Amino acid sequence: MGLSQIKPDESAAPTLTSPPARMTVSPVDKVDMLRFATAGSVDDGKSTLIGRLLYDTKSLFTDQLEAVEAVSAARGDEYTNLALLTDGLRAEREQGITIDVAYRYFATPRRKFIIGDTPGHIQYTRNMVTGASTADLAIILVDARKGLVEQSRRHAFLCSLLRVPHLVLCVNKMDLVDYSQEVFDSIADEFASFAAKLDAPDLTAIPISALNGDNIVSRSENMPWYEGPSLLHHLEHVHIASDRNLVDVRFPVQYVIRPQSSAVLDYRGYAGQVSSGVLKPGDEVLVLPSGLTTRIAGIDTADGPVEEAFPPMSVTVRLEDEIDIARGDLICRPHNAPAVAQDIEAMVCWMDESAPLAVGGKYAIKHTTRSVRGIVKALNYRLDINTLHRDESASSLGLNEIGRIRLRTTQPLLVDEYRRNRTTGGFIIIDEVTNRTVGAGMIVSAS
Amino acid sequence: MSQADRTQTELLAAHASAPGSGSRERSPAMYRISHLDALEAESVFVMREVAAEFERPVLLFSGGKDSIVMLRLAEKAFHPGRIPFPVMHVDTGHNFPEVMEYRDRRVAELGVQLVVASVPDALERGLVREPADGTRNRIQTPVLLDAVEKYRFDALFGGARRDEEKARAKERVFSFRDEFGQWDPRNQRPELWSLYNSKISPGESIRVFPLSNWTELDVWHYIARERIDLPSIYFAHDREVVDRGGMLFGVNEYIRPRAGETVTKRRVRYRTVGDASLTAAVPSEADTVEKVIDEVASTRITERGATRGDDKVSEAAMEDRKREGYF
Repeated sequence: MGLSQIKPDESAAPTLTSPPARMTVSPVDKVDMLRFATAGSVDDGKSTLIGRLLYDTKSLFTDQLEAVEAVSAARGDEYTNLALLTDGLRAEREQGITIDVAYRYFATPRRKFIIGDTPGHIQYTRNMVTGASTADLAIILVDARKGLVEQSRRHAFLCSLLRVPHLVLCVNKMDLVDYSQEVFDSIADEFASFAAKLDAPDLTAIPISALNGDNIVSRSENMPWYEGPSLLHHLEHVHIASDRNLVDVRFPVQYVIRPQSSAVLDYRGYAGQVSSGVLKPGDEVLVLPSGLTTRIAGIDTADGPVEEAFPPMSVTVRLEDEIDIARGDLICRPHNAPAVAQDIEAMVCWMDESAPLAVGGKYAIKHTTRSVRGIVKALNYRLDINTLHRDESASSLGLNEIGRIRLRTTQPLLVDEYRRNRTTGGFIIIDEVTNRTVGAGMIVSAS
Repeated sequence: MSQADRTQTELLAAHASAPGSGSRERSPAMYRISHLDALEAESVFVMREVAAEFERPVLLFSGGKDSIVMLRLAEKAFHPGRIPFPVMHVDTGHNFPEVMEYRDRRVAELGVQLVVASVPDALERGLVREPADGTRNRIQTPVLLDAVEKYRFDALFGGARRDEEKARAKERVFSFRDEFGQWDPRNQRPELWSLYNSKISPGESIRVFPLSNWTELDVWHYIARERIDLPSIYFAHDREVVDRGGMLFGVNEYIRPRAGETVTKRRVRYRTVGDASLTAAVPSEADTVEKVIDEVASTRITERGATRGDDKVSEAAMEDRKREGYF
């Protein structure tokens, strides 16, 4: 891994070995949570940016910094190499590469943040797709001197494919282009027009210098022309409450709770996590795939019954009528139900190096809490994620390749379009021989 | 109000006026959930997923705060039913009496089965040999794997968190182990959305980490919120200690002062609880959960760095132990 460095003496912060006392997170029940993915290559300064966010929010510990400083010094690095903070495995340090998605945590008094840090080079697509699958927001980093490169477009495309609700373009190394507004505007405009083609949702562009801390925590005096928020301010305030789908009630049954005890003799509850929508006692509900209707008798948690359940709550639903319901079934509303389908059109990202996805291949499919088998009936096209060109002559998908397939399953799945619902629209493909997760699917349509 | 926001509100209003729904119009922001609620919901989901998809899960219980929180989450996940899997303690024989007392009381309260994988027994059987330095951290692994084989456990809940250590930052929530119980960091299954792959062949197993996304501070905030009772050694008390390279080791059956070391009485608490011959205390005046939270929020040293002799061996100490099948 190339050197991603941070200067040891910052006017804004004391020396690296003695970070100030960390922020106390309180009052604790006002703090919410934001998951974001970072995309960009090492040369774009991604590790420096993450190191900067952790450092400036007082989330680094003295012993972590000392360990990194000691290794940096031993390797003869000029500055403390913050990339070493995220390169966790020996193989990575020895080979100077990042193998896998690393998760990092920091918090401010407003929010807890989970960073899914995805490496920029080898297996970038697999890792980026993994990191983006759970992200509320993605940061795409570009080097101000180089502008948009092929990789920036690829990252933007993957974020749109995975429906990450918020995108932040960080134009880094602004110090190396004299903090030029012209440079920033031209990169931001070019990105915005590309993102528009992708149907990317909310986009924000921020000029930064991760190395110097410009526009990271507070607005930089070096760029008075920039009137937007600092990166941290944006991360703390970006509105994520509306990203959840609160309209379509989808409750995949995960586990049936039937205590065989005299205290709660006739108890029968359906445990699960609300994927979308709001459930309330008294609501008329439809149970799929049986198609039977009943009403919600009550919604239980270990802390007592609740009047409403909404995503991402884990609850236990009791129904008024005794219906045979098992794991893999789904509770929804009679006039707003997912498709009950065995023929599925989906975009698939292939993640296995040992064997490609082939037409006619049979796989295990896991979708919500339902596991079925499926056969790939057709590969409609393979997508070149740099040019978005569709190659309809393709007959297989290799590692890190993306294409649109038609899948036939042995049992019906209860599905929505992925763009409408990330939970009922996503599935994984498992090799039945190796048991490895070999693909990720995003449902386009079903019948 | 953004476009997306307005649409959502309109749709919600339409939903609220639909038949069968009696509530007034509400905005998306009103359906808020705190980070602790979100973490709890995720952990509960993971535990139910394991209970549904594996035949013989087991929860690894060390008596440490993380496994205590994990046990609480299991209690909540299956309420009002009982926890549908046993609890296993890998007992090095080097225990804090307060922790053993806590373990037995909690297991009785919950009515769960306790399995003890005993290192002293394994020493007697010749499965493992006592290391020259007298510490038993490393020989726990074969004892654990032996019990996994004996009871044919196929999923093992562990309380590890990704913020603890950098090898753990790359660990999956469902972490695949081969028939030798080994972890191969270069060959991990991709983990997308909340779709966990539980497929294994006989002899293989999955380590499951429901607290992956929790930090030390989250754990303490949760302990405070849930009013979870902890072994007393987590709070400030007076103890006779020896100072070894800045780490304060309580003098007990297993830790005796060496030549040249002086024993002093200090006000300390334990920040982690592991093998009593390896775990150090930290100087502390924090005798309540609230004071511990303040202390954790302002501390500058990771909990493992401050308290674990076992992680100091080499930069890759944790990674190496994990590969062999450690927790």
